[in-house]
Amino acid sequence: MGKTLFDKVWDAHVVDTLEDGLQVLYIDKHLIHEVTSPQAFEELRKRNISIARPDKIVATADHNTPTVDQHLPVKDELSRNQLNQLAENCKLNNIPLFGLGHENNGIVHVIAPELGITQPGMTMVCGDSHTSTHGAFGTIAFGIGTSQVAQVFASQCLLLQKPKKLRVNVNGKLKSGVLPKDVILYVISKLGTNSGTGYFCEYAGSVFEDMSMEGRMTVCNMSIEMGARGGMIAPDETTFEYIKGRDFAPKGEEFDQKVAYWKSLKTDADATFDQEYWFDAEDIQPMITYGTNPGMGIKITENIPELDDASFEKSLKYMNFRKGASLVNQPINYVFIGSCTNSRIEDFRVAATFVKGKQKATNVTAWLVPGSQRVAKQIKDEGLQSIFEEAGFQIRQPGCSACLAMNDDKIPEGEYCVSTSNRNFEGRQGQGSRTLLASPLVAAATAIEGKIVDITQN
Amino acid sequence: MEKFTTLESTAIPLPIENIDTDQIIPARFLKATNKAGFGDNVFRDWRFHKDGTANESFVLNDSTYSGSVLIAGNNFGCGSSREHAAWALVGYGFKVVISSFFADIFKGNALNNGLLPIQVSEGFLKELMNHIQSNPDAEVTVDLENQLLSTPVGDITFDINPYKKTCLINGYDDIDFLVSKLDKIRAFEALIN
Repeated sequence: MGKTLFDKVWDAHVVDTLEDGLQVLYIDKHLIHEVTSPQAFEELRKRNISIARPDKIVATADHNTPTVDQHLPVKDELSRNQLNQLAENCKLNNIPLFGLGHENNGIVHVIAPELGITQPGMTMVCGDSHTSTHGAFGTIAFGIGTSQVAQVFASQCLLLQKPKKLRVNVNGKLKSGVLPKDVILYVISKLGTNSGTGYFCEYAGSVFEDMSMEGRMTVCNMSIEMGARGGMIAPDETTFEYIKGRDFAPKGEEFDQKVAYWKSLKTDADATFDQEYWFDAEDIQPMITYGTNPGMGIKITENIPELDDASFEKSLKYMNFRKGASLVNQPINYVFIGSCTNSRIEDFRVAATFVKGKQKATNVTAWLVPGSQRVAKQIKDEGLQSIFEEAGFQIRQPGCSACLAMNDDKIPEGEYCVSTSNRNFEGRQGQGSRTLLASPLVAAATAIEGKIVDITQN
Repeated sequence: MEKFTTLESTAIPLPIENIDTDQIIPARFLKATNKAGFGDNVFRDWRFHKDGTANESFVLNDSTYSGSVLIAGNNFGCGSSREHAAWALVGYGFKVVISSFFADIFKGNALNNGLLPIQVSEGFLKELMNHIQSNPDAEVTVDLENQLLSTPVGDITFDINPYKKTCLINGYDDIDFLVSKLDKIRAFEALIN
């Protein structure tokens, strides 16, 4: 029987298989950040175990970092302590760190691909559930807890049960104004937030084949929001072209050899999946969420569903929305374009296309937070910065920012925020904040209009 | 990790679905560099109002209910991979969480911290939830060796990976196991390089 893309990469990394089916899986690349690593370093210190392969670890500071005045000492004492601890742990263990202010600094899932660290066929982990992002390159990439961070430190391996296999197919041509974010929000709204639990997902079909790497990353990023540990897309010419010439990418003959191998990373025609779904690109429209989990999404033109369910009602109550209501014309005071889902150059390009020559609505506070120093530089070099600034937007410095509001970028209680991030959980963007997930295009349009608009009419 | 063998306790019902780890421990409390103290902030924004006063309508503030078993709605622990959620539940005193479905990463994190996730059918969960809500003094018993959950609405067996079960009963974790495999791992590295 044929193998899936997932099988091919997984099976090539199995060190050992135990009697009860658990497998020792070798990890090629381990990304770490300040929030989920300190307890893992501490665990190894307590046990007097050294880090097995510091050369396979890359560290960045992103979760709690401020997005203004990064050249100054971090004001918040606890955040500063965590950042110092990361720097100290990296220094002690010879781990490369792209700390605050470093030209390679940024959100962990933005910098690893843009530096060429992420490559097809790898296994990658990070103490962050959106590690699934890297699956866009045909890697097995998934989030882990801090105990597992310590396990990888100690052995460069994890002890795992091989997940089941799921494939999501989307074929056809996306309508104008429908972005990769809409595709994944649509899929999750149809399948629900736990449909992928226990599975590793492959995205297949012409929609993903036609997508840029940035778009594929947006899709794979949100795999965890349907419960899947990871999602992956078979590498192709778009992938190879993206990787070529990046700082940590293989060069010359080595690159060509790698590409020859990467080309074999495709699901065989006779391979089977435990679960499979099909969608039609024509059915997808710009999406927005109305509730408190990423599965609670609708097309902007649709009304909020009318369900009789206590958890659903609790969610609507939190959002202060009514069953059956439309979100079009809903006033919005905050817009956030950023996060590991949508803070790459392409996201800012599409937002700038809409914003150019317009003015931000006066009621809106709009934060644009690039995913990395390099994206920030591109925004400037491509002339997007002046478009945004002329329109009244504020471009901040890179970091996770208002996606999880660990720093000062918090949405006030009771306020709505149209956000390009990945989670609309209660209080995710600040205590009492209300998040509506959408694409960078919908977010930009919201900022200009000061309310939710049906962009399909433009 | 603390050993887990048997437990007899009253239980706390939390009939909400899709409880994400942001609710279990909000991001602003993730700034510690050790594992201590997270229990103080478990379900922080449901337990307390913004001014710091207790939300009396939340079950953890209702003295009617107590115990080290949490009974929660479907898809418990979804969202962020933060192990701080498991540390917060353990820190508060929970030893078992019963639900009809657990998110993957949370389940692994729980098992790595001696917190036993027990998955039951949706029907059983509903019955148990209802019974505990109206009989707060009712006890449930967990026997890990025999994978048996005994409750006033019936006794059932639950699934757990045999290796993970051994780890919990003996208080071992995967680091001990993986370090014992280092020779094999080195040999694998030599092969792939």
